Amino acid sequence: MATPTNTASRVSGLSGATPARRLGPGGRRRQGLRRRKTITPYLFLIAPVALLVVFTYVPVVNMFGYSVTSWNGLSPSKEFIGADNYIEIATRPELFGVLRVSLYYIGASVIQIVLALYFATVLSFNVRFRNFFKGIIFFPYLINGVAIAMVFLYFFEPGGTLDSTLNAIGLGDLSRQWLGDPGTINYSLAGTSLWRYLGLNFVLFLGAIQSIPAQLYEAAEIDGANRWHQFRFLILPGIRPIVGLSCILAISGSLSVFEIPYIMTGGANGSETFVTQTVFMAFKAYKVGLASAMAVVLLLIILLITWVQRRVVPDEKVNLS
Amino acid sequence: MSLTDFRSTEAPAARRARTNRTEIVGGRIAVTLKYLSLVLASVVVLLPLLVLLMASLKTNDEYVNGEPFDAPGNWFNLDNYVTAFTEGGMLRAFVNTSIILVVSLVGTVLIGSMAAYALDRFEFRLRKTIILLFLLATLVPGVTTQVATFQVVNNLGLFNTRWSAIALFLGTDIISIYIFQQFLRSIPRELDESAAIEGASSLTIYFRIILPLLKPAIATVVIIKGITIYNEFFIPFLYMPDRDLGVISTSLFRFKGPFGAQWEVISAGVILVIVPTLVVFLLLQRFIYNGFTSGATK
Repeated sequence: MATPTNTASRVSGLSGATPARRLGPGGRRRQGLRRRKTITPYLFLIAPVALLVVFTYVPVVNMFGYSVTSWNGLSPSKEFIGADNYIEIATRPELFGVLRVSLYYIGASVIQIVLALYFATVLSFNVRFRNFFKGIIFFPYLINGVAIAMVFLYFFEPGGTLDSTLNAIGLGDLSRQWLGDPGTINYSLAGTSLWRYLGLNFVLFLGAIQSIPAQLYEAAEIDGANRWHQFRFLILPGIRPIVGLSCILAISGSLSVFEIPYIMTGGANGSETFVTQTVFMAFKAYKVGLASAMAVVLLLIILLITWVQRRVVPDEKVNLS
Repeated sequence: MSLTDFRSTEAPAARRARTNRTEIVGGRIAVTLKYLSLVLASVVVLLPLLVLLMASLKTNDEYVNGEPFDAPGNWFNLDNYVTAFTEGGMLRAFVNTSIILVVSLVGTVLIGSMAAYALDRFEFRLRKTIILLFLLATLVPGVTTQVATFQVVNNLGLFNTRWSAIALFLGTDIISIYIFQQFLRSIPRELDESAAIEGASSLTIYFRIILPLLKPAIATVVIIKGITIYNEFFIPFLYMPDRDLGVISTSLFRFKGPFGAQWEVISAGVILVIVPTLVVFLLLQRFIYNGFTSGATK
């Protein structure tokens, strides 16, 4: 569930047409249309809005409600206990402390973004087998998460792919229980996450770089700019909004990691994340109240980060031409 | 920023001549490093997959007694695939996934395009409010609300039916509405307005004019959404625990139990799951790249 869907950018897009557009030529005709069919748009919107309310707004409101009860998810009555669940989260280190595990994934995301920037820049220019390399780097993002988890379970097995590779290049001494050792488990899992998501950042950056007008590179080259200068003064400012966005998505994705640790280790050996723990609390330990409070905490943290991002990197259009 | 910052006072031509030789040597090293990094990245991506492919073609004996890099004795040994397909229930998984995929995709296209049509082509009192509702919903990550969503699905009687996954795929998808809306703006209003003047009803306009013109957007939505649904684990795992309802992800997840250490069978299951993705990717490469950039960045 750490899929980096692109929240913040979608937000700016949905904001609808500007009033000015609506008063263009043909405005009078449109007014006539409007008078005649005032209920029509509602008919078209019944299904989407009903689904939106039932599967997004009702759960969000309920979640806040459950979070102040000791409900187990089954019994017909819900006992109100006020802020107790929140106090429990704040005081039991094993609950809030798992957020520490996110740091490994945040670390991996930094490497992921840097690598994606590098490969996107390199592959924006003339390179032999360009499409082949593009495909290879992007493809992991399309692979089923369970399949990826299985691939890397095998990869990290004792005597598996990684150990054999290390043996082959003479580093056999480094072999260890990659997923059995609490010291390496989160590095292994975060590495898997990097392998999986690099492609998405890469493709987003590639798209952004390609929208920079080609004559700017020519002008820069006439001015004697080398590739690094071009990257530093042209590409980076040109794609700044998408880089900022990727950072935010990386952070909120790192906080809500679920699939990889859940499938690969089941949360063993200190690889438990906030979400695997929430799922455990809600559906195995039947503490829906406590789990809801944890989910509320996570939601608020993510909203806070999104808000900070909107302040730090405003969604402005960069004008290079 | 200014490009003149790094323009030296020297005439460019003179400077270029002087640095030419070092530049050529430096350039060669840079090119070598560039290709080296690309090859290295390819190895990192491909190696885990290729080793798994080899494992899927081995017999149990070969797997137990051999090293991961040993080639399978018979490159056409498909026994593990047969086991995965029959005992692992992969056939049922593909059927279930296909049903959910088709219904959800048709629903997503209809619902998303209808919403976009209503929001883009009509002025009405609640328009701003509804847009705001869709906007705010994008800020809520699905994974955080599942605890409460579960109760809603349960109360609707959808738990352990395919409809739970379908309803959630339809209900929590805002990106497709957004893609349709972006695309609708590029379709001239005059088209549907003149149809309206000739007496076509809104429904006729939607089905006869808007929907056909939205074809490229529909392709984008079907590709992005299709890949997401095919790969989704959390929703089917949580809402359809019944074995008979297993989809690709959950069926593969169950391999961990019965096949335990039989990596040759698990590998075959994994390859079976990846191959359709690979085929779709190779066939639709260009559209997939475009879909992801237009779906996520604009």
